Amino acid sequence: MRRSLTLLAASAFALGGSFAAHSSAPQSVSDAAIVTDAMPRSLSEFGFFTDDAGRVPSGDLIPYALNTPLWSDGADKLRYLYVPEGGVIEIGDADSTGGLLQFPVGSAIIKTFAFGEGEDQLYIETRVLLRRSDGWTALPYRWNEEQTEAHLALAGARVPITTPDGEEISYRIPNKNQCKSCHSIDDAVVPIGPKARNLAPELLALLAAEGRLAAMPRIGSALPKWDHASGDASHTASDQANTNDLARAYLDVNCAHCHQPGGGASNSGLDLRWQQSDPFAYGVRKPPVAAGRGAGGLLVSIEPGDPDASILVHRMNSTEAGVAMPELGRSTIDHKAVAVMRDWIAEMDQ
Amino acid sequence: MIRSPYTKLAAALLLASSAPVFAETHTITPGDGAQERLQEALILAEPGDEIVLEAGHYMLTDGLSLDVDNVTVRGAGMDGTVLDFTTQEGSGEGLLVTSDNVTLRDFALENPQGDGIKSKGADNIVYYRIRVTWTNGPDPENGAYGIYPVESTGVLVDGAKVTGASDAGIYVGQSNLITVRNSIAEANVAGIEIENSRNALVEHNIATRNTGGILIFDLPGLPVMGGGNVIVANNLVVANDTANFAPPGNIVAGVRRGTGIMVMANDKVLIEDNILQQNPTAPIMVVAYTQSFDDERYNPLARNVTIGANNYGVGGDDPQLDGAEMLVAAFGGALPPVMWDGLGSLSAVEGTQGWTLNLPEAGKGLEGANPGPLTAPVPQGDFDREGIGAPAELDARIL
Repeated sequence: MRRSLTLLAASAFALGGSFAAHSSAPQSVSDAAIVTDAMPRSLSEFGFFTDDAGRVPSGDLIPYALNTPLWSDGADKLRYLYVPEGGVIEIGDADSTGGLLQFPVGSAIIKTFAFGEGEDQLYIETRVLLRRSDGWTALPYRWNEEQTEAHLALAGARVPITTPDGEEISYRIPNKNQCKSCHSIDDAVVPIGPKARNLAPELLALLAAEGRLAAMPRIGSALPKWDHASGDASHTASDQANTNDLARAYLDVNCAHCHQPGGGASNSGLDLRWQQSDPFAYGVRKPPVAAGRGAGGLLVSIEPGDPDASILVHRMNSTEAGVAMPELGRSTIDHKAVAVMRDWIAEMDQ
Repeated sequence: MIRSPYTKLAAALLLASSAPVFAETHTITPGDGAQERLQEALILAEPGDEIVLEAGHYMLTDGLSLDVDNVTVRGAGMDGTVLDFTTQEGSGEGLLVTSDNVTLRDFALENPQGDGIKSKGADNIVYYRIRVTWTNGPDPENGAYGIYPVESTGVLVDGAKVTGASDAGIYVGQSNLITVRNSIAEANVAGIEIENSRNALVEHNIATRNTGGILIFDLPGLPVMGGGNVIVANNLVVANDTANFAPPGNIVAGVRRGTGIMVMANDKVLIEDNILQQNPTAPIMVVAYTQSFDDERYNPLARNVTIGANNYGVGGDDPQLDGAEMLVAAFGGALPPVMWDGLGSLSAVEGTQGWTLNLPEAGKGLEGANPGPLTAPVPQGDFDREGIGAPAELDARIL
């Protein structure tokens, strides 16, 4: 039953292909490693993957993708969910959380960050979110140069890499606290990605059909599909994503984990969540509060019709610490996103 | 009184039981891998632990963070232990604290790329003898805030020193139960700023060479509103004459060079026993918020502001104000020390010299201004000090 789900999910969402074919090697995930109040030194202790190199996921992992992913210097991301035997995911409130799935104790969310194509693909880090009895714990694991194992990097690290755009950068693996900086609402660690509105309905339907998800969630308004790899944000007629939707989805996924009530940047008063409908709250003609030099001498977050006068564009278009937004998780500029923001603001009613 | 040995024993046991049993000390030294070693200690600390930063220069490339309650981070003095962020590559601040009951003491941060130390939602925090310095002096490229507690209940800043912040040296925002004392704020845009906060005591500080010395602000559109119940007393506010170097767009970019103590909006503020010297625009300025806003919760006026007895020296003699020349001439060479916009409500002890713009309405600029000498009622009754300042428990931590 579970195997079929995994295979279906993997093929349905075309996740890199290479591992889907290998998911036959049975190896059980260590439920103990997930729920124990400890920080395993090595990723392999979880048993999420059947090989030392972490290329072959356990048959118990459910691969997934996001409509609009968080951008991390162009890293490829390999995402998996793990729900323990008999565990059922509850659906989250569509209005307040965007339908963030509520995972049972013993669940895990696993994300590997990789750069490079095919045989040259290098794993940099794998981040895990572990659902323990007292809430979520976030841990970062760094892959060794030989690509044979990943070790706990509590304090984070800097790794020289070449981005898909050819930039040589000092890539930042976040430390454990920085994981929480983003994954935190009202001081509790929470997942960001797996919200119903940002997941493929087919995956949700499968999970529900298999009884892994309590019910098919009400999606409301789904996030559009962003595809960085294709050269620009996909703007196809089929998903009817207009610039507004793309921009708002990007801000929701990349910024709103801090910029919302209860988030790390709540004191800014800026609320970039998808469901926020008040233009002032998401930055239109909103003066900065604590931006300091980050404001770049500009007066408001968004000046309709004038991207160059908008702090939001200025900060997304910088790599300088103290100016760059998001503060964590990128060392380069997401030029495609900046272009969409510019279009969005330029098209706004003045 | 003679205490029996049993009483003493009982007292000792009581003390022992309230102290953490397995509190540990983690000692960090400067040198290779300091970033990782220090950050790992901050992550692995258990409540009750102390992290000791030995004397020396720590070269750091990324922001540090602490998320464990009841931890002390102790250096070897604000000139002995220096966390140097000159080559910082990431993060919005040098040190971020997000846990409660933390004590930071006896160390310095230099040249953080963003803010110095930010503590957010970190209740009952103590900053003791902390120094944050941008070593190149006033520069719009410097970070915004040196010491930056926000959205917190229980904040004590004592013996701190902040220089060069492009916004506020010591900034307390959206917080409650606050004391800032015995600290030096020099060459920042705002020396000390209390914003959208309640029950703040600002006393025995030195604010000098800032654009504005001590600012008590309340702004619209923020999650926490309704600033007030603030006492500014016994401060030395001298020669705040640095040209405003804040990046435009920030609220403090509008502060006039030469402002001593400034109240904008807020309810119930007492200003007394301060020494104000050489603040050429206004030793004391009490005004409404001047910009447009759309926030039903917000009152833009400065209400119930009490000007007690202060020591006024030279000041108001070179105001950075519209029509300065005419005003100065009209008042005989220098503006009187207390400037009010005539909106809201203000009382002043007898003998207070001041002037008012006599504005008819808030948010209309100088339209309708009719400057003249200040006439304000004398304060009625004592200022209610109840509940103002940091909880006593925070004092006890640095005794």
